Amino acid sequence: MKIIVAIKQVPERDAQIQIAANGKWIDEDDLTYAINEPDAYALEEALQFKEKNGGEVIVLCAGPERVTSTLRDALAKGADRAIHIEADDLAQRDTLGVAELLAVAVKAESPDLILTGLQSDDLGLGQTGVVLAELLGIPHATIIMQVEKTDTGLRVKRELEDGWFQHVDMPLPALLTIQSGGNKLRYATLMGIKKAKSKETNTIAAADSSEAAALKLARVYLPEKQKKTVMLTGTPEQIAAQLVEKLKFEVRVI
Amino acid sequence: MSGVLVVLEQRAGNWNRMSFEALAAGQQLAAALGISCSAAVVGSGIAALGTELASKRLDKVFLVEHELLGEYTSDGYVTTLEQLVKQAAPNYVIFPHTYQVRDFAPALATRFRRVLISDVVAIHAEGDGTPVFVRQLLQGKLNADYKQTAEAPAFISIQAGTFRADTVVEGAAQIETINPAIEASQIRNKPGERFRESASTVDLTVAPVIVSVGRGIGEADNIPMIEELAAALGAELAASRPICDNGWLPMERQVGSSGQTVAPKLYLAVGISGAIQHLVGMKGSKAVIAINKDENAPIFEVADFGVVGDLFEIVPALTKAVLAAKS
Repeated sequence: MKIIVAIKQVPERDAQIQIAANGKWIDEDDLTYAINEPDAYALEEALQFKEKNGGEVIVLCAGPERVTSTLRDALAKGADRAIHIEADDLAQRDTLGVAELLAVAVKAESPDLILTGLQSDDLGLGQTGVVLAELLGIPHATIIMQVEKTDTGLRVKRELEDGWFQHVDMPLPALLTIQSGGNKLRYATLMGIKKAKSKETNTIAAADSSEAAALKLARVYLPEKQKKTVMLTGTPEQIAAQLVEKLKFEVRVI
Repeated sequence: MSGVLVVLEQRAGNWNRMSFEALAAGQQLAAALGISCSAAVVGSGIAALGTELASKRLDKVFLVEHELLGEYTSDGYVTTLEQLVKQAAPNYVIFPHTYQVRDFAPALATRFRRVLISDVVAIHAEGDGTPVFVRQLLQGKLNADYKQTAEAPAFISIQAGTFRADTVVEGAAQIETINPAIEASQIRNKPGERFRESASTVDLTVAPVIVSVGRGIGEADNIPMIEELAAALGAELAASRPICDNGWLPMERQVGSSGQTVAPKLYLAVGISGAIQHLVGMKGSKAVIAINKDENAPIFEVADFGVVGDLFEIVPALTKAVLAAKS
């Protein structure tokens, strides 16, 4: 079974975010980047699936040169090879434009299964996987916790709202978006890091976007506060004393 | 029709609770733009739901029925709604941002070469201007204004709690029944029965005081420190998703879009940054206290009292002070 895992590189969760001077995106200088966390779970699911059922795991990422570090990390964790779609203009492409870039690379590989995280930590649109499946004309399922091979295709465990789940049977090829937390993430071993150096990364140039983006991100800004927050300061003991005061006389739970 | 079309969600004849929030969003957008608002409900054996919708102020109610729509599948819904949107030709198609909508609406928008504007937390619209749809970025650290540059239709999904279901305007509407053309062979996925992992024994929704813990706690060995604070306050212990994913607390203690929705008298958030998926589960709390090391954490946007600092120093001091105050 040939599995492609589509991953994204995003700012690290703890990164200090500054709004760019043009007010349309964040300042990318001095930012540290990491694999999008849900995509790390998609990679883990792919690696475990391969360990059980055999096959090949290919990691795919679109972005500027810096994303090769995230691809290398994925190779060190056990992916067999990598595809880098070199594109410096992802911010000018909307979800459909990015999914089209991915679709070209995926089609060339004819995989049996495509996995990706359910959403990105930066834009959070939660759509690239579903749009990619639609462009490829293959079935998809979202927010998946477990994947099992069956005689006719796959049985997946899909998370619903309020603690409900559902199994879904589906044919291959298929695309799944993976929920965080279904598996324990592995770390790269020293051996894995060493092996990654000899693994292949195929770089392909991004085609120019065929159409204008349907959506425009006009402005980014700090959210307005929904409540007036009283900030408490002092030593831990002073803060604790103030909080107890509030708990007693304002919130009235003591 | 060139108005707003709201697609409500139901399952087995019961509304999803976010459906009427989306309907409120649709009515308000239509009013701001001076255009009409219609609504659609999709399923099998849902005539009663159509009748209920017909008592709202709407141009039309589309009752979209087919036996293959009794159970949700993305293929069934995309095929059906593609036909409906082509027929009704709305400028704006509005959905509640549910798990189900996340499963099919991106594919539906793709059929029209549009991109769903997902998880919208505010809409700014007036007169003939292009509406601005506000989304959150980077787990709520930033807001972003999105505009559709392509022509109609635009597809939008509305985050829980953004609009109030009780602001839906009553009125009267005509029902139009639509039987979409779908073949069983078009539906590739075979969904099974819904199930729960285990009977949930913890009902956080009735707890008057909740102490909730997030990633900031660092490791499982630190959880007892939070348990002590919860015990001192007589509170239920809860957590954000990563804590339950790691198995540090059971899933049934999770608050947020994939866990429980709570509205206690006090919600004390410790080491929780406040991603939107968590906030939707607790922002109805009467009072919120947040302790976090990052002053820009979005949890502070919904907090009444905030403490920026090291939870490992503040929590033990607070536990001690609470116990002293109670004794």
